[in-house]
Amino acid sequence: MAKVVVEGVKKYFGNVKALDGIDISIEEGLFVVLLGPSGCGKTTLMRCISGLEKVTDGKIFFDDEDVSNVPPKDRNVAMVFQSYAVWPHMKVRENIAYPLKLKRVPKEEIEERVKWVSDLLHITELLDRFPSQLSGGQRQRVAVARAIVHRPKVLLMDEPLSNLDALLRVKMRSELKKLHEQVRVTTLYVTHDQTEAMTMGDKIAIMNAGKIIQFGTPEEIYKKPKTIFVAGFVGSPQMNFLTMKVVSYDNEFFAENFGLKIPLKADPKMGSIIMGIRPEHIYLEKSSNSLPIMSTVYFAEKLMSETVLHLSIAADKNIVAKIPYDLSVQEGQKIQIHIDLNWIHLFNPSTEERIEL
Amino acid sequence: MKKFFYVLTFVAVSLWLLGPLFFIFLASLTPSSDFYSMNKIFPSRLTLEHIYKLLVNLGGWRAMLVSIQVALVAIAVSFALGIPAGYALTRYIFRGKNMIKLVMLFTRSVPLVVIAVSLVTMYLRLNLADTMFGVALAHGAMVLPFVVLITSSIFSGVFVEYEEAGMIFGLSRFGAFLRITMPLALPGLAASAIFAFIMSWNEVFASSVLAITNRTLPAHILGTAMASPDYFKFAAGTIMAVPALIFIFLIRKYLISMWGISLK
Repeated sequence: MAKVVVEGVKKYFGNVKALDGIDISIEEGLFVVLLGPSGCGKTTLMRCISGLEKVTDGKIFFDDEDVSNVPPKDRNVAMVFQSYAVWPHMKVRENIAYPLKLKRVPKEEIEERVKWVSDLLHITELLDRFPSQLSGGQRQRVAVARAIVHRPKVLLMDEPLSNLDALLRVKMRSELKKLHEQVRVTTLYVTHDQTEAMTMGDKIAIMNAGKIIQFGTPEEIYKKPKTIFVAGFVGSPQMNFLTMKVVSYDNEFFAENFGLKIPLKADPKMGSIIMGIRPEHIYLEKSSNSLPIMSTVYFAEKLMSETVLHLSIAADKNIVAKIPYDLSVQEGQKIQIHIDLNWIHLFNPSTEERIEL
Repeated sequence: MKKFFYVLTFVAVSLWLLGPLFFIFLASLTPSSDFYSMNKIFPSRLTLEHIYKLLVNLGGWRAMLVSIQVALVAIAVSFALGIPAGYALTRYIFRGKNMIKLVMLFTRSVPLVVIAVSLVTMYLRLNLADTMFGVALAHGAMVLPFVVLITSSIFSGVFVEYEEAGMIFGLSRFGAFLRITMPLALPGLAASAIFAFIMSWNEVFASSVLAITNRTLPAHILGTAMASPDYFKFAAGTIMAVPALIFIFLIRKYLISMWGISLK
């Protein structure tokens, strides 16, 4: 186990900038998820930490040791690949034991550890099979077993669940998290799936265009998104964004539009402001701190356990509300909705950064 | 109806390919008296006499050994150079990569006849003329472009993640190549070795020009059997064709993947 520190890391592929100055510090034993859209550099960052890619600029430390120029085999990391990369010419047992064999671990200890890890991952009965005789889910377990058996300083996982079917994915999600609680190895997990990120990560690093936009706990990311990008990327359905005019009456400031008048605590010193509200924070009933607004039902997605309403609040503005129960509405029906003021997010329209007001 | 045409095509192509071979094999096993008899197409008995004479009395056996030696050395030379090149063409992105592939094929567009005289002159200066190694070197050069292209498509069938996993779990780059990629590529590489073997085995011009006493089997046959009665020519044809057919049969599964075509 190790603390991982990345300092000012840049990575270019020819002229293409994949990582644009990454700074992140990951405490020992933490499960950190790198989340971002495809092409944001999350896999590149992971490969730089593994040593498979050399950084163009910047430094990477494991504990206090600079490993920027250490080849992958000497970094003592482990990786679970998206395609699992379980060696097809070796039996499961050999696959798992191979990293230990290369480290010249004594034979008895290899056997002991293979037994420990195969019990942990419930693959004992698969040990004498070849990977071609395994299902996708079983191969995945073997890949994870191989990764944790030699007690790496850092465990890297590159979208390990993306090749599994939906049911198995949900099951493996909780199993991987449980496994992490048991072995407590510093883990870096790459995904573009926000559900995986929110449920598994102790902390999440949201990446976009080669940069880390926000690094925080799932709660921080959800409650206080740092930019419009983060606010829009996390949460499903996506957060609603409304452009509001800033007006003042008697030295009190308000954000006004769509028949809403939202009080601001101070002068934002800008002409307009972007207000964000998540679909789950729009209600049909009045709450203690909410503002009503009239809307027309444009379309209703009935999911039985919940209803996702697409509502028109102006000629060219639709918003989405998530009602946590089954609801019967007609398209074109007028309904009053209530926006929870405890849950609004304000952003600067030019920098797209969060404003606390 | 569709099936009928399929079967018809299959039969026609098979007859077209196997018909001549059948008559070559048959003639090589026909006693000389039957061979020249005008009213017999099929012999009254079969004999290995011609093949035996060609191999033992006419020096065919020795030429066959030279052929095998030449082919093995040619494989060693072309693989030593071709495997790293094929690997590089698959795994690395660099400028002029496609150009290199194309230029390698261009080497086949120059007929050996054109460079024969200068080649022999050079061989005489280097004391390589009329040696087994000299012919092997020429064959190695001849099969090298194929080895490069074939191994490159075989290596591209071994996922790079296997190698990367090797490097993560304690192997150096070269170690990962040796312990992970090579074992996985081995069946394909063996098939390409056999392919190179057949190319060398069948090559006649270079061996005839570059050697006199140390000739490979086809060059030897060209010199001896062609001046002998016809049934020896057919016996020679049989000796040449059978090993090539057996080897191609052994690697038939790989012939398609060797050229980077997938039927999946």
